[in-house]
Amino acid sequence: MQPLSNIESLLYFSPEILLVIFATAVILLDLVVKDSESVAVAYLSLVGLICVFAAVLITHFSLRNPVSLFLGMIRLDEFSTFFKILLLLATAATVLFSLRSEELDARLKGEYYALLLAITLGMFLMASSTNLLMIFISLETVSLTSYILAGFLTHSPRSSEAAFKYITYGAVASGTMLFGLSFLFGMAGSGDLGQISMRLTELLASGEVAPLAVLIAITFVLAGVGYKIASVPFHMWSPDVYEGAPIPITAFLSVASKSAGFALFIRFFYAGFGNTELMQAVDWPFMLAIVSALTMTVGNLAALPQQNVKRLLAYSSIAHGGYLLMGGVLLTSEGIGAILFYLVVYLFMNLGAFYVVVLIANEVGSEMVEGYRGLSSRAPLVAWAMVIFLVSLAGIPPFAGFFGKWLLFAAVIEQGYYWLAFVGLLNSVVSLYYYARIVKAMFFEDADEETTDFSFSTGTFALLSVFVIPTIFIGFLNIFYTFSNISVSVMPMQ
Amino acid sequence: MTLQHYLVISAILFTLGIFAVLTRRNAISILMGIELILNSCNLNFAAFSRFMTPPEDISGQVIAIFGIVLAAAEAAVFLAIILAIYREFGSIRPNEVDTLKG
Repeated sequence: MQPLSNIESLLYFSPEILLVIFATAVILLDLVVKDSESVAVAYLSLVGLICVFAAVLITHFSLRNPVSLFLGMIRLDEFSTFFKILLLLATAATVLFSLRSEELDARLKGEYYALLLAITLGMFLMASSTNLLMIFISLETVSLTSYILAGFLTHSPRSSEAAFKYITYGAVASGTMLFGLSFLFGMAGSGDLGQISMRLTELLASGEVAPLAVLIAITFVLAGVGYKIASVPFHMWSPDVYEGAPIPITAFLSVASKSAGFALFIRFFYAGFGNTELMQAVDWPFMLAIVSALTMTVGNLAALPQQNVKRLLAYSSIAHGGYLLMGGVLLTSEGIGAILFYLVVYLFMNLGAFYVVVLIANEVGSEMVEGYRGLSSRAPLVAWAMVIFLVSLAGIPPFAGFFGKWLLFAAVIEQGYYWLAFVGLLNSVVSLYYYARIVKAMFFEDADEETTDFSFSTGTFALLSVFVIPTIFIGFLNIFYTFSNISVSVMPMQ
Repeated sequence: MTLQHYLVISAILFTLGIFAVLTRRNAISILMGIELILNSCNLNFAAFSRFMTPPEDISGQVIAIFGIVLAAAEAAVFLAIILAIYREFGSIRPNEVDTLKG
């Protein structure tokens, strides 16, 4: 189907346009409200997110077939709609966390929420770019905004340090990626992913381009994508950034930024480089299998000795990036469907775990494991919710995490990568140890000082149940499997 | 000047940039290294656009222009973060900014 022209595209671009409008409105509203009423800004951004959600659904259902917008720059299909909904959920959760978090400076809330909406815009574009230029611009939009958000606690040295490390790693990684993209552009003579794939196949078959050149260019691109999804060896930034950034932003980065990174990864490798002739010439799936195995092993082993729960969850999120990559190694639609399903599960269980971290940090003022001692008697409901999230993260039945992992392993085994499935299985066992440490602190250790029961508001429990209920039930609901599989089936396979 | 000349220059720029990032002990010098990396990419895009695509197709040069804009945005954010670092730590040497580890 022909790409739509710029003017025709605007109609289908309404979710992104709405995001820009609301980001501007949030800044303007922040100018007129008093500091004491700064929650109004948060509510306006929530309203904005709901409007965008409606717009995403409307544009989706008004379309029969996937279309390319803006002369082939971005593509609107089930895949991008899937990620848009996922990212909206993550952003809405982050806004709600930020409302409850006591870390953030009330005077700066306006900019904070405007930046959150801006980063969502960048992620929307990441999930739908099909042109090298758009891929790079959207990646940089997300990166630049997240550097600022990671360093948002201006009075905290930890936060500034996190931002500094983040931008140093991030800028080098995205520069390296751009260098790789420039070679892909040069070899194929076009910026469009579909055309690059077609031209490279021809050139490799006729021997005009050496397979090594393509492999090197792809490896350079992998630096940028790998840094976004925090895969080894580009994961170094993530523990420090996750520990130093405000907790809601840590939660956001670990879920939304990773999902958007995977959207870009799948679109680039599956739609762009997923055809068999290219894979025969350039064996990058094997390279990815190794990266995946290393990522989960390094993440899990480094998590073992951690005392800071935020840092522990950072390493656990690196490990989950490794599990997710397993599905990407095979480039079968089962593998990609498993990634999408696991991302939904991961969204709920990981955001839930981070919400508990926000609650405990508000009450205890610390993110260390010691702060969780005796939680079972001080706040039993919160403690049990945390158990559900952690057990699900470890992948134990009957929680959603188990079904997600099961699908990933099944896809890997089906393609004969037995060693990778074995490494994944061993890693799940290792991860049990550090998740169990938090559970042990909550249930089997007593707090040192005189303990008072925590009193949480009804709203807190309501928000907590928003994460607990899906974590328990998603695995049993067919709709989520179909949803993720439909989102894959329309990907362009050249 | 052939395409090779441009590619060699940009490869040298890229390597110098990575080298600066890895060896410099000052945040500003690291920023300069990053700028070198981005400029090498822009040079690549412009050169490829001139030699590898038909003359009426200027998409590579457009990417280079966007690359310049993004490099400027990145420099602005980087400098702001360096200011924040200086306020908190009294230094912009990366090895002195190391409270987070483990």
